[in-house]
Amino acid sequence: MRRPSALHLVLLPLSVVMVTPLVWMLLVSVSTQAESRRFPPGLPSGIEWENYLAAMRDAPLGSWLVNSFVVSVVCVAGNLVLCSLAGYAFARIRFLGGRVAFFLMLATLMVPFQIVMLPLLIMMRSLGLVDTLGALIAPNLATAFGVFLMRQFFTTLPRELEEAARIDGASRLRTLLQVLLPLMRPTLATLAVLTFLQTWNDFLWPLIVVQSPDAMTVQLGLQSFQGAHTTNWPKLMAGTVLSQLPVLLVFFFAQRFFVRSVAAAGIK
Amino acid sequence: MTLDRRKLADHAAGWGFAAPAVVLIGVFGLVPVVWSFALSFQHTDLTSPGTFAGGENYAKLVADPLFWDAARRTLVYVALFVPVTLALALPIAVMLNQRIRGVVLYRLAVSVPLVTSTVATGIMFSWLANPQFGLVNAALDAVGLPKQGFFSDPGQALFAVVAMTVWGWLGFAVIIYLAALQNVPRDLLEASSLDGCGRARSFWHVELPLVSPATGFLLVWLTINGLQLFDAVYVTTKGGPLRATTVLVYHLYNEAFVSFDGGYAAAIGCAVFVLIAAFTLLQLRFNRRSHYEVR
Repeated sequence: MRRPSALHLVLLPLSVVMVTPLVWMLLVSVSTQAESRRFPPGLPSGIEWENYLAAMRDAPLGSWLVNSFVVSVVCVAGNLVLCSLAGYAFARIRFLGGRVAFFLMLATLMVPFQIVMLPLLIMMRSLGLVDTLGALIAPNLATAFGVFLMRQFFTTLPRELEEAARIDGASRLRTLLQVLLPLMRPTLATLAVLTFLQTWNDFLWPLIVVQSPDAMTVQLGLQSFQGAHTTNWPKLMAGTVLSQLPVLLVFFFAQRFFVRSVAAAGIK
Repeated sequence: MTLDRRKLADHAAGWGFAAPAVVLIGVFGLVPVVWSFALSFQHTDLTSPGTFAGGENYAKLVADPLFWDAARRTLVYVALFVPVTLALALPIAVMLNQRIRGVVLYRLAVSVPLVTSTVATGIMFSWLANPQFGLVNAALDAVGLPKQGFFSDPGQALFAVVAMTVWGWLGFAVIIYLAALQNVPRDLLEASSLDGCGRARSFWHVELPLVSPATGFLLVWLTINGLQLFDAVYVTTKGGPLRATTVLVYHLYNEAFVSFDGGYAAAIGCAVFVLIAAFTLLQLRFNRRSHYEVR
């Protein structure tokens, strides 16, 4: 039998500190109003499910969740298709202006979003997209990061794979769909997870382009809810739990995979 | 001639595949950069057409004490956030790289803040750091220290934001370091221990130099994100109290959407961009000098 490592003495308290905010979020979300404001704070005596019902009743949390879901899913689908196609072209086809286009696209990765957002808002106004989900989707439908990720992936594949299919007379698109698609699955999954997380948790862009509650994502809605209910912590925490449930579930069920994706892409 | 036709087909196919993404990224990613630069030379409220302003926005920027205050706060924030995150992440990654019982659970605990949105984080920390009944004050009270204001104290708010964002980013830095540590060849560590290196010495002389690319990447990445700090401030302090957490991007937001001075906001944006570009180039140059490779 191995001696338990002394590292537990450091790692256990550390882990407790890291999960404490999330655990207390859960605890406060099932506390009564009085329990959430006593000092020192303690465990709730019972479970107040009513907080969740109140949160759902007082704010259109349901439709905010649906909005977030629609925006995230459409952006994931857009990125998977468009970035794969472009990534393949940049990795495998020599075409006029291809290198310049790729370089310019990479350059946009270095530009902070705060520079882009002011003209983007003007564009959305003239397109009539302000206060719609379209404004949240359009700029995120294809990302330079996604194209770069897919291009890097295609350059690691041996060319022979495609050449055989091409010699047999298959078109490029057919080669991509029938020969390469099965090999692309892990990279596509990485792209999907990161795109989903980013659009789900995005805040600044929704904040400036959406004002009406109908078009809010759950992050933006939650923030406005916070402004209106600063005194009712249990209800606010219940809403917060609901807003994080989807990503937390994805995280717990696909933790290993998730960690690998983040390490590969360097994104939060 | 057939060769040319094949080339032509390649150009067509290339653009056929790439065009949808390239057009979207060009329109929504590249055009706004140029446009934003143009906006910085205009007087505009972003709603009605602007008028040419020459260099007035930049003159205002140089003379604006609020801008320099915000710049100073941003630098203080970055100077704390980046080193603290790195200094915590590396030892934690080294510990999580050992084969001990329950290490999977520890890794889970450290990385779960990664998926937590800034809005949710802000709400949780506002409660934890509440001056009247928050958990942190309960801990201080338990050891006989006075209650603190944290986000509501002008002298502490920026540090509270640092603590909150370190919590949010620590898992990311740990994951990057873990990946780098797992690439350190085992035989190098064995060789150093055969040569009489203790655990600590082989960390200093083998592992630390070999993870320096990860350190370099994290330095750049955390600095870029730190200079763009906004969400965490918006959901906790709204730039206050007494402007104590009004960092550059928050100032930009205020100018664009509270004062409706879009041209000036664009000028601040360009300043942030220059700052980010300068930091990135500086650090990349420095990293190149301290880069080790295993052959």
